[in-house]
Amino acid sequence: MVVLETRNLKKYYGKVHALDDVSIDVEEGELLAVIGPSGSGKTTFLRSIAGFVKLDAGSIKLHGRDITNLPPEKRNVAMFFQNYALWPHMNVFDNVAYGLKLRKLPKDEIEERVHKILKLLDIEDLVNRKPNQLSGGQQQRVALARAIVVEPELLLLDEPLSNLDAKIRMRIRFEIKALQKRLNLATIYVTHDQEEALSIADKIAIMHLGKVLQVGKPEEVYRNPANFFVADFIGTNSVIIVHGKDGKVQIGNRTFNLPAGSKYARIVVRSDEVTISSEEPKEEKGLTISGKIMGRLYMGSKYRYEIEIEESNDPLFVNSQNIYDVGSEVYVIIPDGSFFVYEV
Amino acid sequence: MKMNPWRVTLRVIAILLILVILIGPLVGVVLWSFAERWYWPSPIPQDFGLRFWKQVFSQGRVLDSILLSLTIAIITVGFSLALAIPAAYGFARYRIPLERILLVLFLMPQAFPQLPIFINLASTFSKIGLGGNMWGIILAHTMASLVFSVWIVTATFKAIPVELEQVARNLGASRFRTFLTITLPLAVPGLIASSIFVFLWSMGEFTAAFFIGAPFIQTATVLMYTASMGYNLQIASAIAILLIIPSIIFMVIIERYLKAEYIAGLGG
Ligand SMILES: Nc1ncnc2c1ncn2[C@@H]1O[C@H](COP(=O)(O)OP(=O)(O)O)[C@@H](O)[C@H]1O
Ligand SMILES: [Mg+2]
Repeated sequence: MVVLETRNLKKYYGKVHALDDVSIDVEEGELLAVIGPSGSGKTTFLRSIAGFVKLDAGSIKLHGRDITNLPPEKRNVAMFFQNYALWPHMNVFDNVAYGLKLRKLPKDEIEERVHKILKLLDIEDLVNRKPNQLSGGQQQRVALARAIVVEPELLLLDEPLSNLDAKIRMRIRFEIKALQKRLNLATIYVTHDQEEALSIADKIAIMHLGKVLQVGKPEEVYRNPANFFVADFIGTNSVIIVHGKDGKVQIGNRTFNLPAGSKYARIVVRSDEVTISSEEPKEEKGLTISGKIMGRLYMGSKYRYEIEIEESNDPLFVNSQNIYDVGSEVYVIIPDGSFFVYEV
Repeated sequence: MKMNPWRVTLRVIAILLILVILIGPLVGVVLWSFAERWYWPSPIPQDFGLRFWKQVFSQGRVLDSILLSLTIAIITVGFSLALAIPAAYGFARYRIPLERILLVLFLMPQAFPQLPIFINLASTFSKIGLGGNMWGIILAHTMASLVFSVWIVTATFKAIPVELEQVARNLGASRFRTFLTITLPLAVPGLIASSIFVFLWSMGEFTAAFFIGAPFIQTATVLMYTASMGYNLQIASAIAILLIIPSIIFMVIIERYLKAEYIAGLGG
């Protein structure tokens, strides 16, 4: 069942198209990750669903109900703000209970629900603290508790982990995912971290300059990116530009036709999915490029190589667990599906 | 930690100087209020006594004038807040056309010399029955003090992040409910600061109180003025001391609410 339907949302700030014809759906129990570089319109998208941005065009439906012009308090979506926005004059209990008190629930039910959610998020013992007595991670949990305790029809998370240390970010990422599945809560999760999005999303939408470039399952957008931007934005990649000759681009063992008017091709290579070999491979599948190793970085679980190739001025950056000497001539073997060619 | 003796000396001198400047006039006032005889050039009065204090308390008009000043100041604070809160919220949260001009308009009563303004106001007030009347003074004080309260309260509201209000709306609170439960409590320190300011200003205000109220009603400042004009410095000093008391009480009450913790919490 569809929980949220957004259709042709448009929002202009002067000349800036913060939302340019955005249409995305969220299904029951689904976690949609919206990713894109800073300024691509992710926050504007969330805020328009919450009712804090007046749209220039488009419609928003929640469980079939048109909420496009409703004030924020009549929408029953809960938003988690990037900077938590906890109320400094209330303790943790009052912060979390606020939405329930507005719903005029009996006092003991409010207490029960608040304690249940605090327990679920493992912050039960903080109930009497004020926000300024909490660490960043604890504040993040309180803000999350406050949003989900009201059992909204849709949960909106704006970069929920961006203010946390890298270490706990990874752990909380999975906690949020587990919690969301457990509550079967339709959720939009905004982030600029593509790896975070790939790891927790049921569905990913990639935004750029106010437009949605592609919507699909994580594996789909990773394996079949709709365009150069998506291919480059998702995954760990190396991009090389190869100039064409007589309407063709030649690289390694492969030749690609350039459409009329195109001068060169951009090739996106998934850096982690290549094999490096000092001998020329027999198989003709995939793309094999020969080059010379110019640099090597130790990355712990792998090495990162900078490889100079004849066909392009850009070096190819690839990762491998095997060690090769700087200066040696090698073949980089890229299987089909691990590189993408885009003509320009 | 060792300190340079020169710097310590300098510091002590600076502190003493500040104390003299702050307390000096007060000492004079206190001495005068107990002076039964004090002829120049003696540095202290020749005779001390409670005669003038007795006079102050036995003459109803002194206490009455202080009571009047208090009443006017408290009602002025109330009016001033009641007008400043909605105006300041508008300035802080919405794009108001001619915002700058409006803000400057509030400055007007303070921007010109007070005397002509209040004399003008007094003649207008006496035509509409507000002359010689407490409410006339309150009205004048409210108008003139709006500049402090609107500016202070606007700054206070501006310092409260909009997100704190948006979360409340998002969780189901109406505009009004959000204002009552989130914005107003967070603005308390600013409202208190503004109240102190307006209260003290009204208590000490002379020009409007004189031209609008006199000779029918006399606030404490006006009585002080007439007393000292009649060379009765002792009475004037006693009134001055009595006037300080409500101000100190006001400050102490306020200080309790302005706990550092509370202000720190605003940083959130
Ligand atoms: N209130 C606003 N006024 C003017 N421009 C805005 C406003 N909000 C957002 N924008 C612009 O809209 C674009 C999208 O912003 P935003 O939705 O915050 O992006 P993101 O969350 O993806 O970083 C940006 O170019 C931003 O500068
Ligand atoms: Mg953002």
